[in-house]
Amino acid sequence: MTAQPLNVQLGQPKTDAFLSVRDLRVHFPTGDGLVKSVDGLSFDVDRGEILGIVGESGSGKSVTSQAILGLHKGSRARITGEIWLDGTELVGASEDDMRSLRGDKMAMIFQDPLSSMHPFYRVGDQITEAYRVHNDVSKAAAKKRAIEMLDRVGIPNPEKRFSDYPHQFSGGMRQRAMIAMALVCDPKLLIADEPTTALDVTVQAQILDLMKDLQKEFNSAIILITHDLGVVAETCDNVVVMYGGQCVETGSVDEIFYQPEMPYAWGLLGSMPRLDRQRQERLQPIAGQPPSLIRVPKGCVFNPRCRFQDKVAEGLCVTEHPDLLPTGTSPTHSVRCHINPDERRRIWADEIKPGL
Amino acid sequence: MIRYIIRRILAGILVLLAASFLTFFIFQLGPKFAHVSPALYYVGKIPPDQATLKLIEHRYGFDLPVWKQYLNWLHGIAFGRTLTDGTNVVHCSAPCLGYSFRQNLPVTHLIMQALPVEISLAVGAAFLWLVGGVLVGSISALKRGSLFDRGAMTMALAAVSLPIFFTGPILLLIFKYKLKWLPNTNFATLTSDPAQWFRSLILPWCALAFIYAALYARLTRANMLETMSEDYIRTARAKGLARRRVVIRHGLRAAITPIVTIFGLDIGQLIGNAVITETVFNLHGLGLISVQAINSQDLPVNLGVTIVATFAVVAANLLVDIAYGVVDPRVSYS
Repeated sequence: MTAQPLNVQLGQPKTDAFLSVRDLRVHFPTGDGLVKSVDGLSFDVDRGEILGIVGESGSGKSVTSQAILGLHKGSRARITGEIWLDGTELVGASEDDMRSLRGDKMAMIFQDPLSSMHPFYRVGDQITEAYRVHNDVSKAAAKKRAIEMLDRVGIPNPEKRFSDYPHQFSGGMRQRAMIAMALVCDPKLLIADEPTTALDVTVQAQILDLMKDLQKEFNSAIILITHDLGVVAETCDNVVVMYGGQCVETGSVDEIFYQPEMPYAWGLLGSMPRLDRQRQERLQPIAGQPPSLIRVPKGCVFNPRCRFQDKVAEGLCVTEHPDLLPTGTSPTHSVRCHINPDERRRIWADEIKPGL
Repeated sequence: MIRYIIRRILAGILVLLAASFLTFFIFQLGPKFAHVSPALYYVGKIPPDQATLKLIEHRYGFDLPVWKQYLNWLHGIAFGRTLTDGTNVVHCSAPCLGYSFRQNLPVTHLIMQALPVEISLAVGAAFLWLVGGVLVGSISALKRGSLFDRGAMTMALAAVSLPIFFTGPILLLIFKYKLKWLPNTNFATLTSDPAQWFRSLILPWCALAFIYAALYARLTRANMLETMSEDYIRTARAKGLARRRVVIRHGLRAAITPIVTIFGLDIGQLIGNAVITETVFNLHGLGLISVQAINSQDLPVNLGVTIVATFAVVAANLLVDIAYGVVDPRVSYS
């Protein structure tokens, strides 16, 4: 269960991690120009680990997850880089090879369980279908398995509920059924793309608990994509903070929450509502807009919104793209920022942390 | 479900009664405005003397109030009628939709003769356009922007713009007169001579289906494009399903659901409305006999065809609503 050091720099040899993403780029040619949704992303996930990917809308979180599953194949997306899953490279793999991995070795849970399930088929049949693609079993055996899974994810009266349609389920039950569908083939990698966003808070907590329990049980690797830092703090071991299609900071949960060094991460923490502190006048949103992925800002992607550019000499922030470099304090913690590390730590301790 | 169907059937009967009464009433207005006896329409070109006209009026009940005539007509549908002026007796057995004095035949008989033609034409064309339209539309959507897509959509635009009185004669010209593949296109019933039935209908089917297939192809394409970008399609792919299964079982299944509605209504409306096709190909279906009836002011036939066409639309609506509950589990009848 220990987090492996994140080997995030380019050119370094692949780690022995279960899933290793190396310099992933997903670009979409459009009429307006090339959209660089993901631009040079690297991270590792091990069995038994939960990696959180956080970032605002359009930061490339979902595009990354769909690239891992190979769902961009057949579209116009241009994908480069490497994705290694248990020794198999996925970016160059054929659609047929990807198809046999999808749902079997790696599975995905989507954001909105109502629109993610087919409205015309029974919930049970949809789970059965997922099982029978990868397992040559009889309908009866698949049905038994599906009912077992529905029971496991906490759906009461699963034999009866098997024959219900998605619209007859509540929101939380639908997400449980989606999880059952994703886990029916015992995937070793589970990608959860904002699994709790469409649910109310009490159900959110139940779903997260369920995912953690199941992860312990199956010892799978989980990538949890979210924009909810609360969810990350509760659930994840490691975190990748994405901004403008790039990783701007990565580290263990403690590092990201207690010693963040990137101004964007500070902004995220500042805009998070907290019940465990004195109530502030109001939340502090990050000023400005997310960057255009067609005309990515020159230099640091975050520079148009960064309040700390005066800490860097010679306007480096707008001229030179910073590398993702280890902070030096921990092997797992890396930051993409031009500000001097000592200065960053001082700003965090003196200016940011007291204001949270 | 059963209660819903019963309620809908009762409502349908009401619609039929209203439509028939309105039609019946409107057909009284013509002679009234022209200040002539309705009997005049039934006797041929040379008008008889007043006494004979009176007899005819009495025989067919034109001397009664409209509502009474209507009730008699309804009574005839249920129990048959005997029309008599004392010397001539005409019997019209149930269901009697009226009696054509022009052709000296019960309307029911005329309609029963036309109905096999009408249904053969409608069902055959409907099959062609449904299969053709959905197939072309689906492929177009899946290969969006391809040469096939652009070609098919251009064809579809041309097809909806070309009327049957243009395409029909061209088909006849090529296949009947030039290539002589179909020298004899006289209608035969399916039961009496299946081969001739097919030969007589293949050209009208194609002409009629061409227009509808174009509409259905465009509709299917639009639906399919929308469906294929739905979240549940992504889920189906994420499960590792083969593309064929994703497209057919998950995509097409959802995309054709609204087409079921339109298909039912189109067939319903086609009964009695395929006038141009029937005229071009000389098929004695309901459309053609109603046009002939209009030209010869044969009002009972018109009334009968109107009722049958109304019945077809009402029945098609009911069937569509029931079918919708079967294809879309979210629809409930309560």
